[in-house]
Amino acid sequence: MSVDQTIVRRIARLARIAVTEDEVPKLQGELNAILGFVEQLNEVNVDGVEPMTSVTPMAMKKRDDVVTDGNYPERILSNAPSREDNYFVVPKVVE
Amino acid sequence: MANDLIGMTLADARDGLKKKSFSATELTKAHLAAMEQARELNIYVLETPEKALEMAKASDAKLASGAAAGPLEGIPLGVKDLFCTNGVRTTACSKILGNFVPTYESTVTSQLWRDGAVMLGKLNNDEFAMGSSNETSAFGTPINPWKSKGNNAKLVAGGSSGGSAAAVAASLCLGATATDTGGSIRQPAAFTGTVGIKPTYGRVSRWGIVAFASSLDQAGPIAKTVRDNAILLRSMAGHDAKDTTSVDRTVPDYEAALSRGVKGLKIGIPREYRMEGMPAEIETLWMQTAERLKNAGATIVDISLPHTKYALPAYYIVAPAEASSNLARYDGVRYGFRAPGKDIVELYENTRAAGFGKEVRRRIMIGTYVLSAGYYDAYYVRAQKVRTLIRQDFEAAYRDGIDAILTPATPSSAFGVGEMSVASPIEMYLNDIFTVTVNMAGLPGIALPAGMDHKGLPLGMQLIGKPFDEETLFAVAQAIEAEVGSFKPTKWW
Repeated sequence: MSVDQTIVRRIARLARIAVTEDEVPKLQGELNAILGFVEQLNEVNVDGVEPMTSVTPMAMKKRDDVVTDGNYPERILSNAPSREDNYFVVPKVVE
Repeated sequence: MANDLIGMTLADARDGLKKKSFSATELTKAHLAAMEQARELNIYVLETPEKALEMAKASDAKLASGAAAGPLEGIPLGVKDLFCTNGVRTTACSKILGNFVPTYESTVTSQLWRDGAVMLGKLNNDEFAMGSSNETSAFGTPINPWKSKGNNAKLVAGGSSGGSAAAVAASLCLGATATDTGGSIRQPAAFTGTVGIKPTYGRVSRWGIVAFASSLDQAGPIAKTVRDNAILLRSMAGHDAKDTTSVDRTVPDYEAALSRGVKGLKIGIPREYRMEGMPAEIETLWMQTAERLKNAGATIVDISLPHTKYALPAYYIVAPAEASSNLARYDGVRYGFRAPGKDIVELYENTRAAGFGKEVRRRIMIGTYVLSAGYYDAYYVRAQKVRTLIRQDFEAAYRDGIDAILTPATPSSAFGVGEMSVASPIEMYLNDIFTVTVNMAGLPGIALPAGMDHKGLPLGMQLIGKPFDEETLFAVAQAIEAEVGSFKPTKWW
């Protein structure tokens, strides 16, 4: 499979990465090189093989559904690029 | 004296501190001075001398009273800039994290400080650990302390933990933390003549480490010797309730395993690791190393890991897929760098376009594509099935009685800075061809120097073990090191 320039723009949009028109052809070439490289996986017979979902076979630990951490807004907000009181500030989202 | 202090191994420093031959403050000061002198190597992206001296002073107090001294009391270490350090800038060497200062400490580093270690500073790495030469770092490339004989060209230290490996090789710390997603501990260790272990997935907590690909990422140490590695891993490993994939099993005394020897062990030589185009001297060194283990009492067995060649292509689906998901959090809203935009979507898009470097952008886009509707089964699910087959290859070998597998660590010695800049991304990816299988299968792997090439550069071997059997790896690695010794670059900086 390979991607055309429309798909490159769509992927960039989905990934929330702005790309300029000049970048599109180069990205297309690079993405297609990688997709071409992974193509060899089609040689492998994977019939009846379970996909790996747990690297170390183990049951996931569970804990009680209770609050165990929090109540320090100052720590949470200390790295905010823009804040007002205890809020992160972003451009207007709702018209 | 100062030279001796930075030249010694972690184990020797530990013993010297206990015997009061020198103080933690003297040891730390010697390292801080060496770091200052080595700035042209671009290895530390942040030096923390005040914190280091404060921690060393606290260690000296503990060492004086004797009672509460930890196993790493007074040992100066470097920290890869992927580990969050409380109150100390952490960037993953990406512009997008800007001047991010964590308000918490990663589990691994908190355990090192619990055991008495001293933090010297933060070490260079590839941006978000994506790279094999450390050339994707927003801080520029760290320089390998090794140079080819009769050639003044600067060499890369490998990646992504290039700063960690170079710092250890240049004696700018007694050990360093590192992380490995596809080879990022073992490949730089091989390029710098140092020892690095990627533990079994789940052995070390990932909490507080900037995530790249969560099902592959694992932290481990890089150090001067096998023993130093064993000492550091014991402090780094252990169960952590904050990482649900961390395993609740006792951490063994790895140092005690060093003296086990290799008598009676079966060491596998996988025929699929004989790669086309690999330099003959690597093949020769590989066979010599096997011979050394045989002479020390091990049995050498030819084995087959038939799906080896599919590990790298499967990795380049799984790792970018997980990265695209993990890196979605960098949106310019809650922390780090922000580029303006007229609405929230434009803010995201501009922030991520300007904040991420080109290799990271490329991987996020590949990951986004392979996870998108209509392609998920063809790419991601297929890759995860291939991953199962890769793991089954190893399981079959271990079922047949193999205790550890010996392979080369890398297909070449260190290459020049900028040398790969004209190459396609795939050529750079091939650096991880021998290491990536281990991450795909979640196994432990150690890289250690086994000799030199004709250019006078170190060449590394890799040992792959059974899940949670790092002890056997340390025992076998120790046997190799006992034969070949350690490797140190000549100081030129």
